Amino acid sequence: MTTAAAPIRAKQRPGDRVFSKSAVFAGSMILVTLAAVATFLIVQSIPALFADGEDASILDSNFWAYVGPLVFGTIWAAALALLIALPISIGIALFISHYAPRRLASVLGYVVDLLAAVPSVVFGLWGIGVLAPAVQPLYSWLVDNLGWFPLFAGPVSGTGRTILTAALVLAVMIIPIITAISREVFLQTPVLHEEAALALGATRWEMIRTAVLPFGRPGIISAAVLGLGRALGETMAVAMVLSATGAVTFQLLTSVNPSTIAANIALSFPEAYGINVNVLIATGLILFIVTFAVNAIARWIVARRAEFSGAN
Amino acid sequence: MTTTITPPETRGPAAAPVSNSLTAGKLPNGASWMVLGGSVLVSAGLFGVIAFSGAEFNWVGTFVVAALVYVVTITLLSRIVEGSRRATDRFVTALVTGAFLLAMIPLISLSITVVTFGLNRFDAEFFSYSMRNVTGEGGGALHAIVGTVLMTGTAALISIPIGLMTSIYLVEYGRGRLARGITFLVDVMTGIPSIVAGLFAYALFAIFWGPGTRTGIAGAVALAVLMIPVVVRSSEEMLRLVPVELREAAYALGVPKWLTIVKVVLPTSIAGITTGIMLAIARVIGETAPLLIAAGFTNSMNYDMTEGRMQSLPVFVYTQYANQGNPPEAYLDRAWAAALTLILIVMVLNLVARLVARFFAPKYGR
Repeated sequence: MTTAAAPIRAKQRPGDRVFSKSAVFAGSMILVTLAAVATFLIVQSIPALFADGEDASILDSNFWAYVGPLVFGTIWAAALALLIALPISIGIALFISHYAPRRLASVLGYVVDLLAAVPSVVFGLWGIGVLAPAVQPLYSWLVDNLGWFPLFAGPVSGTGRTILTAALVLAVMIIPIITAISREVFLQTPVLHEEAALALGATRWEMIRTAVLPFGRPGIISAAVLGLGRALGETMAVAMVLSATGAVTFQLLTSVNPSTIAANIALSFPEAYGINVNVLIATGLILFIVTFAVNAIARWIVARRAEFSGAN
Repeated sequence: MTTTITPPETRGPAAAPVSNSLTAGKLPNGASWMVLGGSVLVSAGLFGVIAFSGAEFNWVGTFVVAALVYVVTITLLSRIVEGSRRATDRFVTALVTGAFLLAMIPLISLSITVVTFGLNRFDAEFFSYSMRNVTGEGGGALHAIVGTVLMTGTAALISIPIGLMTSIYLVEYGRGRLARGITFLVDVMTGIPSIVAGLFAYALFAIFWGPGTRTGIAGAVALAVLMIPVVVRSSEEMLRLVPVELREAAYALGVPKWLTIVKVVLPTSIAGITTGIMLAIARVIGETAPLLIAAGFTNSMNYDMTEGRMQSLPVFVYTQYANQGNPPEAYLDRAWAAALTLILIVMVLNLVARLVARFFAPKYGR
């Protein structure tokens, strides 16, 4: 062998060139699409940022006063949904990974995944037709007996279509997402850790607390944040279930409820004209930025975990 | 197990009780089931007494009270007999199982509701008429079904080649900054809220065809934006599963790289890729918000993707609910029937996808 022979280059055939070029082209289309999404949204939003009540009929004073309550409603509803969904999801994930009989586990996982396959508009119909009437008596009871607690202050909504009902529907929609990710993480727990804990006399819960949960914590966090991102952007279920007035309030059970960005767009867009369209697109841009930030945090947590645990 | 080696010390009244540390202070095996049965009986009896005094038998209340009674009883019982550590264990077991059962409630309730309400109008007329000139009863969702098929099909035609080629780029060619950038952006795209995709498609077509344009093709573009990252993710995963040895064997025989990909890598992973694509279609076929914004809604048939608004099944559900006429039951029945149709389509897609994955998966000799 001669020293440091020049690397032998594979013969470039026309087929190779066409194929690799088209692969690069397809990859670049992703870049182009995202750049286009950002560009078109920004271009269409600019007129709205400087508009006031005279230009756009849906604005009272200026754009920021319009979007503020919507941002509050979006985050409030998504946070409530996460608060409800997270403990239940972790419970389901633990049940499937560590409690259910082995043979049943995959079937049960599939059953939970079925929830994710239901279109959001069907959840909306169900929320109005079944859930809201079902929880309304409970809301009345809460207001009558726990009305001193600020969140449960009255007067109670007669239809049950409050922010809490919307959050419940959102929670049902994000439970399968959080469950699927947490389940995968729990199943990755090193079996030796679990067996060591059991061998030291730990009960099943102590084994989970000392071996499974510490190992899965970053996974749970990133699953929660991904679920939050999903809840932030969810449109139709909220648009249908929530009877919104646009107020900024923390009260859960009254008929005065904040709206969310996505639901507001869906409800207002079909009849919008002129600058109103730009205002709605600008709120969409803000939603895009918020969900982008939330998802970026989730990816960052996942990436940080991959670095030092070597579990992926 | 311990029962086989345990001397029957509990049955011998004469002998001094031999304390066996393995079984002493332990509830018998079926204890939790017995406590569960007892709690259900107590709760049912309680609500039965209430039901006697007039009110309807409260199923939900029965189950809630039974669950509470069970959790409290088993924890206390275990705490007395087995000590606090086992009591905590039993308490958590009850909670975790409860969480799973709790999540089943919406699923079961939703299925029952959709099927019972949906069957009211799940008839031939529903699948053979549009809503043109229909007020009140009658009419159907044919225009919405046609629109859904056309728009989802077009979205698939756009996103499958782009998604598949991107995943091939990422797995087979991608090196360095571009590949890392694309991976990151695919992640970002996965998180785009569906309504933002609709706004993008609307803004795109508004710039070229004037504001207020709502066409089928705009809806298809919105769906494609949502579908591409899902296709990329799943195909990438499948391509990475193809053993490197297969590729190396092909190279060693002098097969060009592109032919290796087309003739070796893709056929090996085609089952997984098909599954991924079908799941992606199942995901976007239920999207309402982007189509509401980009394709609008209509009561008439429209086969032309480039001209005029186009109805789709999810938007049909929404508009029938939101614009109820007289009598409202006719509109709600149509909405539920469309919801049932939609769920059936999604379920069939999911099922077929899983069957494909199961039966056409390559068999590696291990």
